[in-house]
Amino acid sequence: MQNAVPMSWYLILSAILFGLGVAGFIYRRNIITVFMSIELMLNAVNLTFIAFSYTLRQVDGHIFSFFVMVVAAAEAAVGLAIILTVFKNRETLMIDDVSSMKY
Amino acid sequence: MDFLIISLIKAAIIAFVLLTALAYLQWIERKVIAHIQLRVGPYRVGPHGLLQPLADVVKLITKEGVIPSHVNKLFYLMAPWLAVTLALISISVLPFGPQITIGPVTTWMQLTDLRIGILFVLAVSSIGVYGVALGGWASNNKYSLLGGLRSSAQMISYELPLGLAVAAPLLLANTLSFREMVDYQSGYWLGFIPRWNVFPEILGFVVFVIAGFAETNRVPFDLPEAENELVAGFHTEYSSMKFAAFFMAEYANMVTVTAVATLLFLGGWQPPFPEPYSDAVPILVFALGGLIAVYHGMNPARRKDKFTLPAAGMVFLGIAALFGASLLVPVLKTILMALFWFCGKIGILLFVFIWVRGTSPRFRYDQLMRFAWIFLFPLSMLNLLVTGLAVALTSK
Amino acid sequence: MTTLIFLIFAGIAVFCGINLVVQTHPIASALSLIGVMGSLAILYLQLGGEFIAAAQVIVYAGAIMVLFVFVIMLLNAGAEGTSRQVSSFARYVGIVLLAAFLGLISFVIQAMLPKTEGVVFGAFQGGTALDVGRKLFTVYLLPFEVTSVLILIAIVGAMVLARKEI
Repeated sequence: MQNAVPMSWYLILSAILFGLGVAGFIYRRNIITVFMSIELMLNAVNLTFIAFSYTLRQVDGHIFSFFVMVVAAAEAAVGLAIILTVFKNRETLMIDDVSSMKY
Repeated sequence: MDFLIISLIKAAIIAFVLLTALAYLQWIERKVIAHIQLRVGPYRVGPHGLLQPLADVVKLITKEGVIPSHVNKLFYLMAPWLAVTLALISISVLPFGPQITIGPVTTWMQLTDLRIGILFVLAVSSIGVYGVALGGWASNNKYSLLGGLRSSAQMISYELPLGLAVAAPLLLANTLSFREMVDYQSGYWLGFIPRWNVFPEILGFVVFVIAGFAETNRVPFDLPEAENELVAGFHTEYSSMKFAAFFMAEYANMVTVTAVATLLFLGGWQPPFPEPYSDAVPILVFALGGLIAVYHGMNPARRKDKFTLPAAGMVFLGIAALFGASLLVPVLKTILMALFWFCGKIGILLFVFIWVRGTSPRFRYDQLMRFAWIFLFPLSMLNLLVTGLAVALTSK
Repeated sequence: MTTLIFLIFAGIAVFCGINLVVQTHPIASALSLIGVMGSLAILYLQLGGEFIAAAQVIVYAGAIMVLFVFVIMLLNAGAEGTSRQVSSFARYVGIVLLAAFLGLISFVIQAMLPKTEGVVFGAFQGGTALDVGRKLFTVYLLPFEVTSVLILIAIVGAMVLARKEI
């Protein structure tokens, strides 16, 4: 067994996770699960940052993913507050039912 | 290969000692609370109930494990083991003593030292909440669900003051590794005051211990299992070993919190007195304990004490003699002294945990949240600010 | 050893990612996401990012996902209903298309990436808390301060949204 992992494997893993995130975002109908799919995409991007940080031998990629985490935290706080408000007013979590702005 | 064998031996020793200690911690807790409430506590199984933990373990293993029909089976079975595994993992990065050399082998009294050891413990404790939250949710019972909800809200809230209280000693010592943290606290101010972080960081220490009470779901913050409102909270539907696993997780969390408090604030295994005096302390303590036990055995309050107390006294005197003999063997002395001071400090903190449980009533839920956000959080922030300012002004 | 660890945790991550998408119950999805985050943290460690791995577990798995689980439990969100007008034909075509797309992406990455040396654990030591902190508080000080303002806005926004009157 070879002892070094090719860099491309990390990028492919990241692409797969990102693709799964997109699929979940489109396919799922529960607001919370849709939200979690977004978090999955952010995580996949973080992996790319860290992998490139390794290749370039610079710490900047880590800082970028640190900022991504901070933004994700802020987003989760506001997003979950919105979900709570939606549920309070409409008694539903299905995005198909929250469509009064659509037509 | 050497490394692997040594690690395996150390892991086996730590696992064995830790699991025994957890079982006996429960015995100690029952005894201490009983004496606070003027009872005798476990007394029937073995001398002074010393075999009670063994009996409890046998009882819990042989009991039928009931799985209610309305639970979500996968998560219901997963939750207690998640809780206990996460609670036991963090022990692996805690050091118990300095570097020792036994024959050809030189090793640390620690399973492994991470450069980010303190962050590791924080990380593991922050995901420890899933065991309780999942157990409460999967039980499909309104009391369990409320217990799980309360516990997740409480643990998120108290994580903030806990993290900020930990950050202050990190600023002083400028490291994230437990080993270097303890090294930083060696030595004495003016020759007799130990250079422990607890003296400059007394506020941080108090905040840490209070938040530690909340993180381990202990009285007065045991809202998740408040029996007069929630039956038994998140573990209402659990029985046999699954129930025991939740308890083991609670005790393991207590040991972790007190050990981290000892390492960060109380100087780890560093003795509180300079070298020649600190060597005499364990001998005196154990000899005195042995003599007191023998004295009470001479004037027994109960019939059985005539035999059990002198035997306990002999054991204590033997330990004192062991410490005395260890003064001649440097390796043994290093190990025993480090273990004595480390376990002594942890023991005192654990006693405080039990003492508070025996004396203090429970908070109301809104009081608990207000206390965390309005009092504890600003206090720890202030402590961090002052520490940061002091460090910035005193460094070049 | 490095390859083995990568394969194990990449496998766990992909399995949990698929599980996130196919599970109907939000709690199961949330736990799968935690699995993805945990295995990604291990991969970060492998790439020399020890600080970011700890931050990943503390911030993502320990705070954000606890918030998600808390909200799911609070709203008592059940499994998704089946009353949807999506034909099973579209679903299967979607799976095939996703697999084809991912295969294409993998091929492109494999072909386009300039040849660099493989990842060996311990070759890059620059991801310690010291390095991250030094860079964060010198070069990236302005973005850091801006994110603190962002967090403040998020706190105020969440509190306004969660009030009773809306």
